[in-house]
Amino acid sequence: MDGLSGHIIRRLLFLPLTLLIVSFAMFYITRWGPGDPISIYSGQYRDEEAFDRVREQYGLDLPIYQQYRIWLSDIVLHGDFGPSFQYRDRDIPDIIFPKMWVSFRIALFAFILTFFIGIPLGIYAAVKRGSWIDPALIGTFLFFRSIPVLVLVPILVLFLSDRWGLVPPGGFDGMFTASMVIPTIALTVPGIAGVARLARTSTLLAMDDDFVRTARAKGLSEYVVITRHVVRVSVLPIMTTAIGLDLVSLIEGALFIEILLGIPGIGRFVFESVGAQDYNVILAIVMIGTAAFVIANLAVDLMLIVIDPRIRAGQRGLN
Amino acid sequence: MAYIDTSSMTEYVAEQPATSPAFRSVRRLMRRKLAVVCLIIILALYLIGIFAPWIAPYGYAEQNLDASFQGPSWEHPFGTDRNGRDILSRCIFAMQTTVAITLATVATGGIMLPLTLGMLAGYRRGWTDSIIMRTGEILSALPGLPMLILITVTLRPRFVGWVENLEDKIGTNWFTDTGFADFFLIFFVLSLFGWVGGARLIRTQVFTLRGADYVTAAESFGASTPRILFRHLMPGVMPLIVVGLSAALGAIALAEIGLTFIGVGIQPPHPSFGALIADGSPRSVFENHPQLLLIPGGVVCLLILSFNLLGDALNDVLTSRNR
Repeated sequence: MDGLSGHIIRRLLFLPLTLLIVSFAMFYITRWGPGDPISIYSGQYRDEEAFDRVREQYGLDLPIYQQYRIWLSDIVLHGDFGPSFQYRDRDIPDIIFPKMWVSFRIALFAFILTFFIGIPLGIYAAVKRGSWIDPALIGTFLFFRSIPVLVLVPILVLFLSDRWGLVPPGGFDGMFTASMVIPTIALTVPGIAGVARLARTSTLLAMDDDFVRTARAKGLSEYVVITRHVVRVSVLPIMTTAIGLDLVSLIEGALFIEILLGIPGIGRFVFESVGAQDYNVILAIVMIGTAAFVIANLAVDLMLIVIDPRIRAGQRGLN
Repeated sequence: MAYIDTSSMTEYVAEQPATSPAFRSVRRLMRRKLAVVCLIIILALYLIGIFAPWIAPYGYAEQNLDASFQGPSWEHPFGTDRNGRDILSRCIFAMQTTVAITLATVATGGIMLPLTLGMLAGYRRGWTDSIIMRTGEILSALPGLPMLILITVTLRPRFVGWVENLEDKIGTNWFTDTGFADFFLIFFVLSLFGWVGGARLIRTQVFTLRGADYVTAAESFGASTPRILFRHLMPGVMPLIVVGLSAALGAIALAEIGLTFIGVGIQPPHPSFGALIADGSPRSVFENHPQLLLIPGGVVCLLILSFNLLGDALNDVLTSRNR
């Protein structure tokens, strides 16, 4: 119990430290990039006087560690991420949270769908081990995973939208509308193979366990053995490994899908902000994204501790 | 005096030649037809990439504006693009880009970094372990793609300026002409983030290996840490490296394609599959000239599929318990 709570406390303490190191590295990189902040903020006024005024206004004449300290204390004390270059009259959180919400809804949909299709498929493949169904299923989904999103999306748009006119070719009008169809398919299809493969491996492992042999020996039908005994044990490890993996791939896949389909989500916004050299916005997104990712992983660990008594008893460690 | 017939014994020995584990693994892999096919496809594509300048019928930037958007023909087997550039040649040179990026990144971020750092962390433990693994934890907590974009965008002008400066001193234009500066930047950034997963796996494996008798024996002889790492521990972690390699090659190839697609990777006119896909994916182009997207997309798909299937087979052959 001690090791476990220690593990969680260490992770929690580690989060601020991670954010501190990441933020300083990022801050330094952005102050180093093309189009230094001074010439960006001064806009059309390109003389020394304007540069000086801008330097003073934004504290850019200070050494970098002092700039960093001011920037950081503004975030911690006032929740102020500094001025955005593209949208000067709006606070950065007001700009990015609606965009994150759009991306989050699409990702959530795809995430749930990936698991609901992937886990049963993997279990089915494991049960059918030794027949042609197992390699055929896994092979089919490996094939789908190998199609780059960059190629899949234009093909989907061509058929579903341009040829058959079933769904709009892009944009986003809400969670339960036709505009969700293409992004959901494009995000779900590549992920299924990964989840199905994990489910297959962990089901195969669970099928060798003693209690499964006992269940069979009791004369239970194969269906009951699988659904009542094997699945309970095999689904848990999938959750741990797959959620982390899937979160990352969803975020990365979302960027290309949002660019290709013109969805006003956070991935596309990162891309636009990099193009516009709006570094305060990118810093804010990376900081919030990092925090969310670490917290999500911690939440998964906590969830597992609640679900699996063996971890609680210290018989099994967290990764 | 009993007569011992040794002929049958030599026969037996001849049938069972002394084989190394690596050789046995290779033989087991060769028995899987699908894996062999994948291996051949990968090798063929990589050879095409390596010998691109001799194979390609046209140059990658050779324009012929009278022949834009041509369909497949004898002169241009895959047709031509908007500027009348030969798609076959551009695909072949794009393969060269993929070969260069994947091999360079794998050699550093895919093998050297995870191997050295993972083994060091697993063997030395203590604060060495803490520093390496905590750094990895921070890197893996970062949103990867936005970070990659940001770093390439911010570092490129400085780096290119630095390279040009260097060229002036040496008196050559080779680095910028060949796009070497771009390649180096991309592969540096990909390596920076690529080592964490592999290092973690290797560290866990070394944890179990370091207690083995042969390691203790080596320590008692006073072997140095590098010697123990590379001489005694490395053979034990090689299977992990080989399995990880196949997946890593595919992931690196895709990352470069993605970066180039959004315009921060390999710069035009040097071709990359990312640039080819970006040229072919606008709706108006794809509707009228689907081959501009489907051909480069198909090649990428074939390559990634081969890596995935080969990785699966390697995983079965090298790490499965029920041999």
